[in-house]
Amino acid sequence: MPEAQVQPYARVREGVAARDRSLREKVMSLEEAASFVQDGMKVGIGGSTMSRTPMAMIWEIIRQRRERLSCSRCIVSTDGDLLFGSGVADHIMTSWFAQGILWGLSKVMRHHVEKLGKHFEEWSHLGMGMRFRAGGMGVPFLPMRSMLGSDVMHRRPEAKEVDCPFTGEKLLLVPALNPDVALIHVQRCDAYGNAQIDGLQFMDIDLALAANSVILTTERIVSNDQIRRAPDQTKIPFFCVDAVVEAPYGAAPHECYGLYEPMMKHMDAYVSQVNADPVGGMSAYLERYFYGPKSWNDYLALIGMEELLEASRKGRSIYND
Amino acid sequence: MTEGARYTAAEILAILSARQLRDGQVVFAGVGIPLLAATLAQRLHCPGLTILFEGGVVGAFVEPGKLPPSTNDQRCTKRANMVLGSADVLLLLQRGYVDVGFMGGAQIDRFGNLNSSYIGDPESPKTRLPGTGGGNDISSLTNMIVAMKHEKRRFVEKVDFITSPGFIRGGRSRAESGLPAGGMFRVITELAVFGFDNEERRMKVLALNPGVSREEVQDNTGFTLDFEARTAVTEPPTEHELQALRLLDPERLFTA
Repeated sequence: MPEAQVQPYARVREGVAARDRSLREKVMSLEEAASFVQDGMKVGIGGSTMSRTPMAMIWEIIRQRRERLSCSRCIVSTDGDLLFGSGVADHIMTSWFAQGILWGLSKVMRHHVEKLGKHFEEWSHLGMGMRFRAGGMGVPFLPMRSMLGSDVMHRRPEAKEVDCPFTGEKLLLVPALNPDVALIHVQRCDAYGNAQIDGLQFMDIDLALAANSVILTTERIVSNDQIRRAPDQTKIPFFCVDAVVEAPYGAAPHECYGLYEPMMKHMDAYVSQVNADPVGGMSAYLERYFYGPKSWNDYLALIGMEELLEASRKGRSIYND
Repeated sequence: MTEGARYTAAEILAILSARQLRDGQVVFAGVGIPLLAATLAQRLHCPGLTILFEGGVVGAFVEPGKLPPSTNDQRCTKRANMVLGSADVLLLLQRGYVDVGFMGGAQIDRFGNLNSSYIGDPESPKTRLPGTGGGNDISSLTNMIVAMKHEKRRFVEKVDFITSPGFIRGGRSRAESGLPAGGMFRVITELAVFGFDNEERRMKVLALNPGVSREEVQDNTGFTLDFEARTAVTEPPTEHELQALRLLDPERLFTA
């Protein structure tokens, strides 16, 4: 399990200085963008639970059979199952890890943690948030008050309990988290990577600022003029972004705010299959939906037109009234 | 038990939980029964209740029949007042804007500590549970109502792991750990309503649910409970409450 190493400030700055932050087009394919994710890297994952999961990018990384990734996400759903089950990650840092509240415990997570010794490193939800935020702020830590007194804190020697220099009160300092690469899925961005997010933004802005590179997948690529018509909607600036990939339904079978809700029939079937047999069920699922399809569109076709249309009808209904 | 036929265990949990809320409060709710109970209170006696969700939602107004599958889904935001980042909505707890935190529980002990992380030794757990989510943050920073199933294996002398702190080791240990605000306020089960005494901070029975005896509560609890000399009996769910609840969850997602 990688230690929470807080880098000296000079290194944090060097990482940014070394990047090409010029205004340039960076549209590429999923296959090309996956080269930003190398074996053993720390990978930050955007969205939360079943929402705006960068599933297309995760799908591609699994297809390219990366290894030893250390992943972090505020709340993990079936994406965590797939990262463990495919063997690409051996460490997942999060506040909550199951398929979803409707389905109880993830047998896949349990199998990999209880039987195979993979690491599910638990922080409180705010703890994850303060770690990404410290990373995005260029400071080595942030103070917070939750986790104190709990065994969640006692299991995390990376966090330091201190007396406040101003009031003498107890505080918990949580270390900055600067992933090597962040995967973030958005509703739209331009070719430079100016990204607009509708609805719940979760921790994605802090994550984008904290990471040393960012792969954006997007439902659609719009012109820079479109972005400039509503600059208040731009949540991630282009100079944080290293790759832009157009991936329609890029969070499927999870949801993307305003466009589609989770594809619940697929999710139900997935959960039954992998919880009945966390090894064989997962390997059959990966074969059919991840390794088998020729393209992301093929994967969507396997989920099926009816599911996609139903999820879209529900997703768009948020703007109906 | 004739009362039992009128409603399910989950329904009485939701209704008794809703009764604990007061109009004008700001409530941070988890998914499932808490979300349902807070929404029910909003429809019944708390029209001015403000509901927060950890996905970043401020002022949620969940639609009947469209309960969200988690507190991080778009359904949580419809007709809300505001959406924030997840860290920012959690920071409202730390700043002190939230009156009540409201969540479910897997395992609880006599001091109201909750475990949702490990069954058995954390170094080699028998069962790895999903973890805290926002539970630790909510229970560390505000007054808690917990709605949960009453079983002996869930009500234990000491939890295997403190995921979400109650009064920790009782007495002043919570404040001394760095958590001067909040603490466990009520625990609601299908058998009884519980509070905590002000000194030792031990769990005590405030009121029995209709048709439930002291012995039944004690027999289903893994530690010795304190009872008031004259333990009250809760008013049964009214038809009005049951109807409003069933309207919210017609598919019985959370109330089966």
